[in-house]
Amino acid sequence: MAEQFRTCPTTGLKVHLPAEALIKVNAVAAVVCLLVGGIAALLVLLTRWPAVHLLNEEWFYRFLTAHALDMLIAWIIFFEVAALYFGSTVLLNNRLPAPKVGWVAFILMVLGGALINWQVLVGQATVAFTSYVPLKASPLYYLGIILFAVGALTAVFLFFAALVVAKKEKTYEGSLPIVTFGLMCAATIATFTLLHGAAFYIPTFLWSAGILPNLDPMMYRLAFWALGHASQQINVCAMVAVWYLIATLTTGAKPLNEKLCRTAFLLYVLFINVASEHHLLTDPALSIWHKIANTGYVMHMAVLASMIHAFAIPAMIEVAQRKKGFSKGWFEWLKKAPWGNPAFASMFISLIGFGFVGGITGVTFGNMQISMIRHNTWSITGHFHGTVVLGTTLAFMGITYYIVPLIFRRQIFSETMAKLSPYFFGGGVFLFANAMMFAGGYGIPRRHWDVTFAGAQFPFQFDPTAFFFIALTGLGGLLAIIGGALYVLNTTASVFIGKKIQ
Amino acid sequence: MSISVERTWWRPLDREEKIWVTIALIWCLGTFFMMPVWHVIAKQNTPNESYRVSVDDFEKIVVAFNEKYKVREESGVPVVHPPAGSDIYLAGTGVWQWSSILELEAGKQYRLHISSIKGGGTEAWQHGFSIVSAKFNVNFQIVPGYDNVLTVTPTEAGEYGLICNEFCGIGHHLMASKIIVKG
Repeated sequence: MAEQFRTCPTTGLKVHLPAEALIKVNAVAAVVCLLVGGIAALLVLLTRWPAVHLLNEEWFYRFLTAHALDMLIAWIIFFEVAALYFGSTVLLNNRLPAPKVGWVAFILMVLGGALINWQVLVGQATVAFTSYVPLKASPLYYLGIILFAVGALTAVFLFFAALVVAKKEKTYEGSLPIVTFGLMCAATIATFTLLHGAAFYIPTFLWSAGILPNLDPMMYRLAFWALGHASQQINVCAMVAVWYLIATLTTGAKPLNEKLCRTAFLLYVLFINVASEHHLLTDPALSIWHKIANTGYVMHMAVLASMIHAFAIPAMIEVAQRKKGFSKGWFEWLKKAPWGNPAFASMFISLIGFGFVGGITGVTFGNMQISMIRHNTWSITGHFHGTVVLGTTLAFMGITYYIVPLIFRRQIFSETMAKLSPYFFGGGVFLFANAMMFAGGYGIPRRHWDVTFAGAQFPFQFDPTAFFFIALTGLGGLLAIIGGALYVLNTTASVFIGKKIQ
Repeated sequence: MSISVERTWWRPLDREEKIWVTIALIWCLGTFFMMPVWHVIAKQNTPNESYRVSVDDFEKIVVAFNEKYKVREESGVPVVHPPAGSDIYLAGTGVWQWSSILELEAGKQYRLHISSIKGGGTEAWQHGFSIVSAKFNVNFQIVPGYDNVLTVTPTEAGEYGLICNEFCGIGHHLMASKIIVKG
């Protein structure tokens, strides 16, 4: 067994080589998906910008579908799987039991992802991310999603197995570190979400294959969002775990009160899933009291969790910084924080952006009366770009600057690109998401090829101000794509031609 | 090196932490209570009335409604002027059109039934019912097989845009129409 480990010269942590290989392939797959999804993002952006209006409607809806699946599902989940292996082995001085199972999971996910992209790009699955029944994709498309979900679920089980092994073999002392604890909460949410996803895409697959005669569209909506929104809660949980990791790596900070932070994670597991019904507030079939109970009551316990993390993470950084002597006035600790370190910059922008752009709007749009104004408008798209792009994606980009030297053992190719990327990306998405939400306030719909209604019988003319915000959205989007391109280029160059670290 | 965390981390909170958690909890409770409260004091609310209806039955109802109250046509689309205060029916169709242009009277209350029909197309899709104007926009979900009943009182005369804001296939962006309110 001993020869299966190496000791990291920088951190002194033991790295299990088979686990390391799996972390590498999953991280690489994630970045490849980010690249594909990013190209789709650029095409979609340039089409929705009326001044450019690049693609025709057919290709627009194809790339829109591909963009959502490659980003929201593939990029994020591949990266999370890498993070799960990292948190359950490297952080715990532990080995990964049955690495072969990890490879099976990886192959299933790659197969699933390839099937999805192939079907979408040849026009067999122009159904948007939600594929609302009776919009029907080819059976292969649904099969792709099932394979991907089963693969991800297998990886999640492997993570739990590694935790059991670590505990049995006493590879760590005391309790689980908070990062692994947070990942464990994410994995718990992932378990019921993915099981649900597999169970619900199977009837959809059978329907598409002509075996089941019909599906109830309302049942489909309810069931879809229990997967569609819940899978975003995995991201929230994993992102917060990554925030803690980056805070510790960049400033040496430690959680001030583990009880507080861990309870907050537990609140996510217990309550966040219920927010799924935000999507159904203007729907028929569900009663008012059902909607109030669901979105009004329980959801706020998950909001509380986010508010606790929003306090605990800056607080632990402040304490660490003050210990270093940056204790003049109220904010010297923040001014003297390592803003030039791309991981720290990513983490802090992600934290602020997730809270103020994504989180607050999420809670606000979840109010029933406001949902009537915002439902299916571009405001919703703005909201979730605040959470999963400004929040999750930027946090994952940040931790990459540690994964590359520690796991790939390569130096970052360009320090300058690394420094610039989070500001371009964070600033770009900040502008993009906010402008989108303002445009949505004028009623600009989401998932729409042409808001000028050029070919329509009774074209509606939106307020010219709305078009100003659409142009701002385009500008912000371009900035974000520059930041994202810097990240993809830099990490790819680092992995392949970066200087080797011994 | 190994990472170790204390076994016992169940410590009481510090003063600042207690203050923050209390503020956050009060804020969360506040927003929680406001959810039902808004439902009582708000001037506009989400509907609480809906029925299961077969797509074909709803189509029959819409066709009969259009025939009965049609006053004229605009570009081949029937303009329908139903009596004030009645039940009115509107559907998104499988060929990416709205079933009629409604002509309503300001200050009168209507029960607006929205759903989805095939209307000569292959399927009844899910649509988004979105009224857009310079002053406001309001959106509801259209689900085939379900009748979403909105109680509406148009307050100001004018023409309001009606667009679809749920992706419903390749003709989605063509689903633009209007609702007319007479003074």
